[in-house]
Amino acid sequence: MEWEYSPAPESSAIADIKDRYLPFIDGMFKEGSGEDRDTVNPGTGERLSTVSTVNEADIDRAVKAARRAYEDVWSPMPGAQRGKYLFRIARSIAERSRELAVVETLDNGKPIKETRDFDVPAAAQHFFYHAGWADKLQHLGLGPAPQPLGVAGQVIPWNFPLLMAAWKIAPALAAGNTVVIKPAETTPLSILVLAEIIADAELPPGVVNIVTGAGDVGSTLVNHPGIDKVAFTGSTAVGRRIQRELAGTGRKITLELGGKGANIVFEDAAQDQAVEGIINGIFFNQGQVCCAGSRLLVQESIADEFVERLKQRVETLRVGDPMDKNTDVGAINSEAQLGRITSLMNAGIAEGAELWSSSCPLPKNGFYLSPSIFTNATPSMRIAREEIFGPVLTTMTFRTPDEAVTKANNSPYGLSAGVWTEKGSRAMGMAAALQSGVIWDNTFNRFDPAASFGGYKESGFGREGGPSGLAAYLNTDDEAVLAPARGATPLNPRGARSDTRERAR
Amino acid sequence: MSHVAVSKTYKLFIGGAFPRSESGRTYQARDNKGDFLANAALASRKDLRDAVVAARKGYTAWSKATAYNRGQVIYRIAEMLEGRRTEFVELIMISTGASAKVATAEVDAAIDRLVHCAGWTDKLAAVLGSANPVSSPHFSYSAPEPTGVVGILAPPGSPLLGLVSVLAPVITGGNACVVIAAEQDPCVAVTFAEVVATSDVPAGVINILTGRTAEVAPHLAAHADVNALDLTGADAELRKSLEQAAAETVKRVYVPKGVPDFAAAPGTARLRAFVEIKTVWHPTGALSLSGGTSY
Repeated sequence: MEWEYSPAPESSAIADIKDRYLPFIDGMFKEGSGEDRDTVNPGTGERLSTVSTVNEADIDRAVKAARRAYEDVWSPMPGAQRGKYLFRIARSIAERSRELAVVETLDNGKPIKETRDFDVPAAAQHFFYHAGWADKLQHLGLGPAPQPLGVAGQVIPWNFPLLMAAWKIAPALAAGNTVVIKPAETTPLSILVLAEIIADAELPPGVVNIVTGAGDVGSTLVNHPGIDKVAFTGSTAVGRRIQRELAGTGRKITLELGGKGANIVFEDAAQDQAVEGIINGIFFNQGQVCCAGSRLLVQESIADEFVERLKQRVETLRVGDPMDKNTDVGAINSEAQLGRITSLMNAGIAEGAELWSSSCPLPKNGFYLSPSIFTNATPSMRIAREEIFGPVLTTMTFRTPDEAVTKANNSPYGLSAGVWTEKGSRAMGMAAALQSGVIWDNTFNRFDPAASFGGYKESGFGREGGPSGLAAYLNTDDEAVLAPARGATPLNPRGARSDTRERAR
Repeated sequence: MSHVAVSKTYKLFIGGAFPRSESGRTYQARDNKGDFLANAALASRKDLRDAVVAARKGYTAWSKATAYNRGQVIYRIAEMLEGRRTEFVELIMISTGASAKVATAEVDAAIDRLVHCAGWTDKLAAVLGSANPVSSPHFSYSAPEPTGVVGILAPPGSPLLGLVSVLAPVITGGNACVVIAAEQDPCVAVTFAEVVATSDVPAGVINILTGRTAEVAPHLAAHADVNALDLTGADAELRKSLEQAAAETVKRVYVPKGVPDFAAAPGTARLRAFVEIKTVWHPTGALSLSGGTSY
């Protein structure tokens, strides 16, 4: 018997997409002086709207507005009052949640059920959680009166546009900083709707500034001399460049970078649950997740059976119109991203891995890719080492727990890992042995503002969420220093001494 | 006939042993008046790489040790240092020209710093970690773990207290380290290595190199198996180039905001700088035992 779903599209009219969006600086929406950019609906490949972008002078204006707001209004304001603004924003996001979900899906291409059930409610929750911290900073264990850092320059990616805005703005503001934030060039709309919410909440002008544009705008922003703190979420290549550019400035940095998460399935795992978790791990948001479980490590004794079950389940995923409420896998965010994914897939084929893809039909227009699984992969292949940022799983096997740990940790990244086993001691032991900032035992892709998130190794440093996420926006430097007036220099704090001489033998 | 003094050969400290530099090079350490004090090993890039390999091995043992055990071992370092108090006071007086009073205060403060850190090992998780009240049927906690291998540029000026103040917080967090000793004070650093060698610290957890900081430090900053850097002993220019090199592998970098006052009570900044917060999630919903829903 043939079972067909009827289309169940959400109405795009709810988004009330405007023909033109403007940057938000010093409390006002004003034309930027950069070149206009069109933003595209990845689900159709058609133009969605046009966004005015900023130039260097606009960025400078935004940083100065943020500085003024920091000094005059926001940092002197009692925490309890700051918190109330954040509570207001949290409430307004919830009130406009349906609109925000549709805007996000149209601009990003992710399924409406994800924006509706995850992105938007989680964004509201982030503001609500951090609002409560604003008058409780003295309880963080950072001293009796932790101080904010100043103006934060923040750059966010396109994979969770509104949620990443919330992750960045909420803790910065709760701690007493002001922000200048740049959304990704392909997904500027939801944060500009958030700007309307911020304006309606009567947040003092300059506390949040949103500058639009491409990578050059982000680079100018993080290098601006008026910035005290830089927070970046994106690729390891760009994160590395930011760290290099800011060398010697003493500026506090948070980097949340790439990953190649291992999802490890032991032979005693509850296999049906594990299948669901593996699928969530790599196909949630089309795999465009920094902590995606893009490496499946399955114990050899169950590998064939497990991969077969996995393929059967992937075959049932509905790929297509992101606005359809039944869609499981939506559109890739951009044509360029689709190109990067397929190019790495081709490298996998060329290196000898075996590619399997779901036979689901794909829409004719828009940027789509069938959910795919590589088998017969080896740890040295590019598909096993490089972040693919797409719905493509690389499968490898292991025999012993030690081998699983070695293979999982054999990566310059260290953002996430998953463990599937019914044995409690093994789950906890694996959680301790895996070098990743987040470990999901018998679950995957769980996020909460109360639980800190961030990477080991080249997945970045600093945390977002929880008490350690707030510490990233506060001065934690409690080491006493000598008064410079004593004429001491770092290399000669006690004055000059006779030189030492080198002698080669 | 009077006793002819037996002078010490100051060598490197790598993997629990005291090798000469593989390069065969030495340099002359001089006292406060500029007179010859001793020959010290002039570490090479190869010595640095050997030290990193040793540190990675040491890290494996040290990071798996219990917090209680790490505390006991660090306390043991304090015990050994106390036993050689007079020797260090004399050595500091000769090296730096400090008075007996100043030198004694430095040694005492170094001992106290180690005791302070010994008591931190089993409190870090309580202070830096959290139980996370997540809004789904999961048990979630965050706890600090060591970052890995930390490269340290020890500060000049107070050869023992400065060295101990940068080194102790790093090993307290469960890390292993490769220390480049202050260039002018190799003798105190290598003598401290003798203390470490007799304190039950697993081989490789602490490695100490002597020589030219500007020659060796760039290789430390660029080494792909070093996870973090403490640049306390670098001047502004060196700091910048080392930070640039560190960015290639996204190393964590600690840079103090001025010349640290090591005599003051230590805060937590150095402890925080070399740990990673790990968050673990586990479902709780099965059988509704948690009072939650039934999945």
